[in-house]
Amino acid sequence: MSTSHALTTADIWQALDALSDPEIPVVSLRDMGILRDVQVAPDGCVHVTITPTYSGCPAMEQIHDDIVLAVQALGAPVKVHTQLAPAWTTDWMNEQAREKLRDYGIAPPSRCQANSAVVQFASPAPRVAVACPRCGSDDTTETSHFGSTACKALYKCLRCMEPFDYFKPY
Amino acid sequence: MAHLEYLLHLADNAVVLGQRNAEWCGHGPILEEDIAMANISLDLIGQARLLYQHAATLKNDGSDEDQLAYFRHPHEFRNYTLLELPHHGPLVGYAVDNRDYATTIVRNFLYSALMALVWEKLQTSSDAQLAAIAAKSLKEVRYHLRHSHDWLVRFGDGTEESHQRAQAALHHLMPYTQEFWSTTAFETQAEQQGVGIAPASVQSDWNHLLDNALQEAGLQRASSDGFVTTGKLGVHSEHLSYLLDEMQSLARAHPEGVW
Repeated sequence: MSTSHALTTADIWQALDALSDPEIPVVSLRDMGILRDVQVAPDGCVHVTITPTYSGCPAMEQIHDDIVLAVQALGAPVKVHTQLAPAWTTDWMNEQAREKLRDYGIAPPSRCQANSAVVQFASPAPRVAVACPRCGSDDTTETSHFGSTACKALYKCLRCMEPFDYFKPY
Repeated sequence: MAHLEYLLHLADNAVVLGQRNAEWCGHGPILEEDIAMANISLDLIGQARLLYQHAATLKNDGSDEDQLAYFRHPHEFRNYTLLELPHHGPLVGYAVDNRDYATTIVRNFLYSALMALVWEKLQTSSDAQLAAIAAKSLKEVRYHLRHSHDWLVRFGDGTEESHQRAQAALHHLMPYTQEFWSTTAFETQAEQQGVGIAPASVQSDWNHLLDNALQEAGLQRASSDGFVTTGKLGVHSEHLSYLLDEMQSLARAHPEGVW
């Protein structure tokens, strides 16, 4: 390979910034906190570290393939590594991502309750006010714990009657 | 090797219940619950994959996650017998009945309450990869526990029929929970190595979660007396072979097939 300049991590981050979550196309992988690290090895191989969201998220395979294609398009060999710890949390989603989710009609996740023990967590379950992404009202109700994907719950706004997805804190 | 058996026990639990709950896919009592069961199964199968991948690395004989899930025989599975039972009350092995959602919910509650406590403790396992899997699984099982808890209360505190069905499911399933606490050699060794936990260490918290939920639901705690099942030793009910046959048939018909 003969390129005019060696590939830098900044070039790679820039290319990866164009990649979005296949299930939620408005947010980038970086915004979601899925991309953890990018390194260029002395041999020119690019090492990208990602972390899975939910254990069984079917989008992870697609995300893996998208990253490989994006880096290969820059002319570099690539290896994608999956790292489980520290476990992905919705708290890593930046403010920009939360705003994009809201515009898209998905209520962004509330902050995780830090380290509450299982025994305290179970009963009664703490309820957090989830604002309607359409009209902003807090007068909403949970229709179902699980929505179109494992990471979302179904809600309904009792003021404007809009049914919407809520990205659950994880 | 106790460490490997312990990982397989955790993985087999997740894959067997994931497969069972997935039977509701397309058949759920209401659309939202159909989706909930599919999502819960997805989490469980995801957890099983992480555990099988880790077990395969530890085994270091060229096997992979697919071999562990699809090419082991029923007697090699280490899951609790509770998780392989069909979604209805006791019948002779070859008989079938309509699926009963109360049985599904009660089983999910009994297992999720256990695993929420187990994953919480396994976050400090000496096996760093298992600790990482535990930290992820804990986040997921909390939602499974909340889901089954809320439905348990809805059934217990609902109509006469929903109450009766939930109570009958408790009577049917509680004896199988004895297996949670009957310690096997591989669990004892895994605990001594710092890899696993002693089942008894979460028993009082599990009782607390169960009693609280039953009280809220207005249900009676059923006796757990009776035969102590031995699924985690590989001695299963007749139901596991049918479940595995369905789950494994595609991989066995096309060995080493890839997408």
